[in-house]
Amino acid sequence: MTDNVTGSSPPARSTGRRRGDGIFRSMTTGSSLVIVVSIGLIGLFLLIQAVPSLQANTINFFTSAEWSTGDVGNLAFGIRDLLVVTVLSSLLALAIAMPIAMGIALFLTHYLPPKIAQPFAYVIDLLAAVPSIVFGLWGAKVLGPSLEPIATFLNENLSWIPLFSDGNVSLSGGGNIFTAGIVLAIMILPIITAVSREVFRQTPAMQIEGALALGATRWEMIRTTVLPFGRSGYIAGSMLGLGRALGETVAVLIILRSASSSSTFSFFDGGYTFASKIASAAPEFSEPLSTGAYIAAGLVLFVFTFAVNALARYIAGRGKAKAS
Amino acid sequence: MAKRFDIKDLNIYYGKFHAVSSVNLAVPPRNVTAFIGPSGCGKSTVLRSLNRMHEVAPGARVEGKVLLDGEDIYASTVDPVEVRRTIGMVFQRPNPFPTMSIRDNVVAGLKLAGVKNKKKLDEVAERSLRGANLWNEVKDRLDRPGGGLSGGQQQRLCIARAIAVQPDVLLMDEPCSALDPISTLAIEDLITELKKDFTIVIVTHNMQQAARVSDQTAFFNLLGVGQPGQLIEVDDTEKIFSNPSQKATEDYISGRFG
Repeated sequence: MTDNVTGSSPPARSTGRRRGDGIFRSMTTGSSLVIVVSIGLIGLFLLIQAVPSLQANTINFFTSAEWSTGDVGNLAFGIRDLLVVTVLSSLLALAIAMPIAMGIALFLTHYLPPKIAQPFAYVIDLLAAVPSIVFGLWGAKVLGPSLEPIATFLNENLSWIPLFSDGNVSLSGGGNIFTAGIVLAIMILPIITAVSREVFRQTPAMQIEGALALGATRWEMIRTTVLPFGRSGYIAGSMLGLGRALGETVAVLIILRSASSSSTFSFFDGGYTFASKIASAAPEFSEPLSTGAYIAAGLVLFVFTFAVNALARYIAGRGKAKAS
Repeated sequence: MAKRFDIKDLNIYYGKFHAVSSVNLAVPPRNVTAFIGPSGCGKSTVLRSLNRMHEVAPGARVEGKVLLDGEDIYASTVDPVEVRRTIGMVFQRPNPFPTMSIRDNVVAGLKLAGVKNKKKLDEVAERSLRGANLWNEVKDRLDRPGGGLSGGQQQRLCIARAIAVQPDVLLMDEPCSALDPISTLAIEDLITELKKDFTIVIVTHNMQQAARVSDQTAFFNLLGVGQPGQLIEVDDTEKIFSNPSQKATEDYISGRFG
């Protein structure tokens, strides 16, 4: 009888444990589903709100630069300039931030002694905690005006390169993509640095020793081991930074001057990015059809950012598979 | 090529920690010297001080002299990078550069030294791979990544990489401890062949291996926890394993401790 009781108790306990497993499993599955479902719903919301306006649009949504949504009976909006300004400012930010972030990450992981590197790394991370409105104010009031001579110099001497030719706003005050790109570069520096630092740090010690034992200098060691090992992580980190730059709103809104004519594909253009355009009109979102035009722009930004992030994940995942 | 080492009163420190105390040792050329002893006795530390690799750890420093054919590698005018170019090293775990091809792995040291001539690099790659008994296994896939080889092949690739620069001395830090018996045998055979051309110093935990491959054996020991490691005895391998002059050596090789 006693035997019988003890014999039957383990299974009872194990079903109890299995129930616990089941609950835990549905909890974690549920939490992950929340993410997927909310992203899906956001996409769906954007699509549903955008479609009526897109149908009422009288000009080509992708190729025209005009934006007039005041008259609901005669909607005319196209995202060409928004796309140009968004892409130009983000790419400029990336071109500036990527080499600097790599330099900082290598310095922190392979040059500075760990004791000093840690506080230094905190300072970089602190940069990520500065509110973007502060970056915007600084860019518009301090950086922009002081960049004016440099911008003028570039414009005067390199105007044969289309990117440095005359823009559609005046150079004075620096309310152009050039300033915005530099501010964005500073804003995305922490994320790129943080990701790169992590992957550079993980370079296997035996690889590093192998290179040094062959008579590699520190830079040669970095070139033969750290950079190949960290390359995919560095690129993935840069893509995350690009995602941030594409979606940055308030700093760009404050910095960029509005332009009366359409984009000339120059760094000295003003205008709006997707995000700053939407934010600028937010107080007037009362008429569903005109609001839908902005939501359509938001949808394009959503898909664009999503694609950039997916690309980053793909590159990071591929690198991981290769390293193992 | 194939130079001799004379180690005189070598003391090694990591910060305040005294890791190895007054080692005196001569390593003759074209000869295999084995370092044996229990874990933590400083044998790997001494080995790493012979090509100034221990300096990679922060706070590491040495006192005393390490003479390579009479020239002190710790003289203030000597660049550690130059020392490492002329003294090859093979590590415990095979560490080929995973993103480089087999061929590029072998000639990595030469490329660092500035050799660019492709024909010359190809020649050296073949000669070194033959020297490491790996040529026949990889000659059809020299452009494939070195990380795709088996553990034993990777270790022979690392040996090929080390001998490609024609080093004065070849240091091996437990080169077989991560390998299976067959691969170990292949490496041991290789060591016996390599000593015709190179001076070899090998650290090993495997006393049979020391007895099989070395001409001279140095036994290191710890006198106690926190004490520096010491060189107890160095002699012909045959003598160390048959009739050592120190009791501690006899206890260790007969398996009474360690």
